[in-house]
Amino acid sequence: MSTTSTSALMHTPFHALHLEHGGRMVGYAGWDMPLTYGSIIEEHHQVRRSGGFFDVSHMGRVRFTGRHARRFLDRVCTRQILGMEVGQCRYSLVCNEQGGCHDDVLIYCYDEDDYLVVCNAANREKLLRHFEASRGDLAFKMDDQTVSTAMVALQGPKVMELIGNFSREIPSLKRYRFTQKNMLVVKLTVSRTGYTGEDGVEIILGSTMARTAMNMFLKDVKSATAIIKPTGLGARDSLRLEAGMPLYGHEIDEQTDPLTAGLAFGVKLNKGDDDERAGRFIGQEALQAIAQAGLKRKLVGLKLEGRRSARQGMPVTKSGSQLGVITSGCLSPTLDCAIAMAFVPVENAEVGTAVEVDLGRGSVAAQVVPMPFYKAPAP
Amino acid sequence: MSSPADLKYSKSHEWFRCEGNTITIGITKHAADELTDITFVEPKPVGTVISAGGAIGEVESVKTTSDVFSACGGTVVEVNVAAVADPSLVNSDPYGCGWLVKLAVADPTPLKDLLNAAAYDSANAGH
Repeated sequence: MSTTSTSALMHTPFHALHLEHGGRMVGYAGWDMPLTYGSIIEEHHQVRRSGGFFDVSHMGRVRFTGRHARRFLDRVCTRQILGMEVGQCRYSLVCNEQGGCHDDVLIYCYDEDDYLVVCNAANREKLLRHFEASRGDLAFKMDDQTVSTAMVALQGPKVMELIGNFSREIPSLKRYRFTQKNMLVVKLTVSRTGYTGEDGVEIILGSTMARTAMNMFLKDVKSATAIIKPTGLGARDSLRLEAGMPLYGHEIDEQTDPLTAGLAFGVKLNKGDDDERAGRFIGQEALQAIAQAGLKRKLVGLKLEGRRSARQGMPVTKSGSQLGVITSGCLSPTLDCAIAMAFVPVENAEVGTAVEVDLGRGSVAAQVVPMPFYKAPAP
Repeated sequence: MSSPADLKYSKSHEWFRCEGNTITIGITKHAADELTDITFVEPKPVGTVISAGGAIGEVESVKTTSDVFSACGGTVVEVNVAAVADPSLVNSDPYGCGWLVKLAVADPTPLKDLLNAAAYDSANAGH
């Protein structure tokens, strides 16, 4: 067991808050972030039952403005940006020429020539280089606002009720919509989005006032009955896994295309065909070829027997021969059983298919199950 | 926080309580904290003969899976079924209800070479 040195790591505007709440800090993509404030499993349950506060300021936030901002984003994003409405968020992949994933991102449309791209912390610098290399002669400004802004996620079934005390508008937002709010001198972008499978919001705001502005949600966090409690990266991972959401470096990477990863909804394969102003995106030809040839592998959900967790890289087998590999796994706190995601050949991807997972110290039986593993009950 | 003074400690973060020819083995609070929430405990069954330095079982957490080793050879005479049923005991009470196995040992002298509480704590200070 080793402890990561924290000397060279960047701090978010909530770093002091993490320490005040006993956060166990770990290095993550160059940032000093809380893994947990005590118990990952308790934080997980707190989010499913009530609400959690996540500091996600480490994620990249890059603003695109100017005459060709939209055209540029349509060039690098697999979803269509043309036609996005002001106040709309859209999930997209950013692909390489071979159709593999540079990253998955969320695009915010502030205006027809003003967009924000939120990306994974670990991919920010790689994406900035990719964007710079792909800009050609398009006229737009690219501004990395990761350090000048902060970002938090408030997630859980009671979050909207709490926010209703501060704003009537925000609880009326539809999923994947955002609004801008002025609070004192702070300008907030509030979107009904998240990465937990729960209802909730993500808030982007200037970093200098971030801590003060967020205190209103965190007044009584130390009481046992607090609606919202700080939640670390550990629970963020188990929550997204139960919700069947991909994580870069696990379900998607430079070698894995989004169609195989079950993200066809995030790819507009015929971009530019029905409206040529959208243009075509990097990787489009490769993805069309992959779709035309038919998928060979598929990302599936697995439910394992016993209480041991499958980990990334463990082989998935059937009758002694390897079918595929685990991408993520955990003992699901909500379902109280071991769940995992894995790539398997399409012939073995049918729900109900029996497989085994080689845990290194013996195999356990597993079954292909539908994803998401967990779906929040309708409010 | 100081570790209990009546125990001996290994560098690989196990603790040992010696009572005559029986030793009780668990993992330290430092190890439990590092592992984060423990979700699965599998001690070797009663009757298993463990060689010195051999594994007495494994613990699995949200983050990772680890073997737990005994500094002393012996035979498993009891396993903590409460910790198997509720692995969170290893986090909440690592030196008490969260113990893992008891070994009958012919010769407990290898434990003398292990760290005392002060040495173990100073080895892990600042971590």
